[in-house]
Amino acid sequence: MKSRKLFKLGFIMLSLMLVLAACGKAKEPEGGGNASDAPGGEAKTLEAIKKRDKLVVGVKYDTNLFGLKDPGTGQVNGFDIDIAKAIAKKLLGDENKIELKEVTSKTRIPMLNKGDIDAIIATMTISEERKKEVDFTDVYFKAGQSLLVKKGSPIKSIDDVKGKKGIKVLAVKGSTSAKNIREKAPDAQVLEFENYQEAFTALKSGKGEALTTDNAILFGMMKQDANYEVVGGTFTDEPYGIAIRKGDAEFVKAVNDTLKEMKDSGEYAKIHEKWIGEKPAQ
Amino acid sequence: MDFAGAYTSDHLIYLLKGFLVTLEMAAIAIVLSFVIGSLIGVIRYSKIPVLSQLMGVWVELIRNLPLLLIIFFVYFAVPEITGWNMSILTSAIISLTIFESAMIAEIIRGGLNSIDKGQIEASRSSGLSYVQTLWHIVFPQALRRMVPPMVSQFISLLKDTSLTVIIAAPELVHNAQIINGASQQYVIPIFLLVALMYFTVNYCIALFAQRFELKRT
Amino acid sequence: MDLSVIVEHWDRYIEGFGNTVLVSLLSLVLSFLLGSLIAVLRISPIKILRIVSAAYVEFVKNIPLLLIIFFFYYGSSELGLSLDGFTAGTIGLTIYTSAFIAEAIRAGILAVPKGQTEAARSSGLTYGQTMIHIVLPQAIKIVVPPLGNQFLNLIKNSSILGVIAGMDLMYFGDLINSDTLDTVNVYIGVALFYLVLTVPLSFGVRYLEIRMART
Repeated sequence: MKSRKLFKLGFIMLSLMLVLAACGKAKEPEGGGNASDAPGGEAKTLEAIKKRDKLVVGVKYDTNLFGLKDPGTGQVNGFDIDIAKAIAKKLLGDENKIELKEVTSKTRIPMLNKGDIDAIIATMTISEERKKEVDFTDVYFKAGQSLLVKKGSPIKSIDDVKGKKGIKVLAVKGSTSAKNIREKAPDAQVLEFENYQEAFTALKSGKGEALTTDNAILFGMMKQDANYEVVGGTFTDEPYGIAIRKGDAEFVKAVNDTLKEMKDSGEYAKIHEKWIGEKPAQ
Repeated sequence: MDFAGAYTSDHLIYLLKGFLVTLEMAAIAIVLSFVIGSLIGVIRYSKIPVLSQLMGVWVELIRNLPLLLIIFFVYFAVPEITGWNMSILTSAIISLTIFESAMIAEIIRGGLNSIDKGQIEASRSSGLSYVQTLWHIVFPQALRRMVPPMVSQFISLLKDTSLTVIIAAPELVHNAQIINGASQQYVIPIFLLVALMYFTVNYCIALFAQRFELKRT
Repeated sequence: MDLSVIVEHWDRYIEGFGNTVLVSLLSLVLSFLLGSLIAVLRISPIKILRIVSAAYVEFVKNIPLLLIIFFFYYGSSELGLSLDGFTAGTIGLTIYTSAFIAEAIRAGILAVPKGQTEAARSSGLTYGQTMIHIVLPQAIKIVVPPLGNQFLNLIKNSSILGVIAGMDLMYFGDLINSDTLDTVNVYIGVALFYLVLTVPLSFGVRYLEIRMART
């Protein structure tokens, strides 16, 4: 009886190992097949977009000013969405030839890499670590990390969080800001949530003293609820880039060309002003 | 708490849309996990060599993992392993089916095992084939015993669809959270309404099953 | 397969694992107490108590755990208290599980022959005394295997704490994943830690069920 159970247990572990082995194997060809080491590699994405006559973009649905879904109309609107539309217009001649898919900071890289979406335009900071997983276009928005607190809070800047134990700072899983705050204020307790909406709801229900992420996103929250304010300016640089599957140099170039054209024609400044309320700093 | 602000027609329609996705997801997953679970249950009951053991290991593994983890795994890892690119809803339905079919397989196996082996031997010796014995003698009796646990499993499944909120499936809890984002005053009213929506459907399923059982006995 | 991520982030895995064990045990004890109380109320001689307890069980059983936990986490400040993820999670798990445990215990109580209750009552014990000294001890023996199953569910369900920063295994798994982006291996590590808890428990429950069926 006992030995049979042991056998069963062993069997489970063994089968798990098999699953693991399968994962490992499946990963290899993907890594080795990166077009980056094949000069002039196959630009599959651009071709695929033209073939299906539609650009599929991963955007946020919960981030005011950048990508926010309106429960009434079902429309998603924001800075990121307008950038996506402009790219669709350039590539396919029509800004409506676009499909938006909801991503979170946690899901966006896997979604891109498994081919769910052609590009991520979702308040995504260009970082060295992420460059190992995806390629980035040129910077399309310059953000910086800041703090959002309830009006009248004793926290006026990052310095008020540093060196004090027990201050709870809210952040989002898979975001660079969660990592940054842990480095800048190691004594703070960082609580991480699935998305910005939940993190903001957590701040409003008193789960922490401050919420940290990019100032641009925080401004959006401030607009939603005037009882909260962004304090202390920025303490990191968060250059946003559009993420594209690794090794697809042709698609990166196509998007970069579009971004440059938009900046030259003044279209970029228009979008910037529409959402952020001011012209981009040069 | 702002009930009037929370229960605007826009919000109600948005919640209903989410609930339709919830119900659709649940309905598909119930059918799939019933079919697959029955198959696994019968294979395990019939003790088909190798296959039966493999299924046994599979069921044990799945039953011992949190559904949340399975949802993550199907969403992130399966595409990486198989290269199959699926939508969020497909991914959600597959995870639910994997988890619930393992549960249903155990219910089926338990129900079949509860039938007196003497009956099987008797019908076999009276000339029925194994499949005929299963179909005509074992299943009808076992089915009666399986209905109550099966119904609670279906109710569990409907509740479990809420966990797909973590991969941003556009179901009821996801939509509720989007509305809650607008104001802290909405949280309690919205969650109360959402609870009532789940309760109404699940309680109706339970009542219906009860009446069905009473009629049969 | 490359599980070195488990070794590299061992401390965080263990911290999460410890909290998962803690929240599961805490909720088990609390939901057992609450569930027993509700089971007793459900068969009490007072009608209003029967109705209220039955309504509690039916309502809780038919709504998702996630909703209960979100309610306590995001809604608690409206009610004048601010619960952290771990506390809100423990309360949610306790309430949810208590409904199922109440059902199991009620079934156990009903399985105790009525004659015993009547005999105890006629020998001068109060209703409460009869329950505590005569009925519940026998009922609990019957309900040990279903309770084991509830404990198993509790461990698995506790993974919801990950969504409300409850510091459990799932939450730390998410954090490790954010840092390493090694998704597949990180979650396999999480799965292994859950299996360490659940596999022995489910074999134990199976063993008890077989033994109960024999006697």
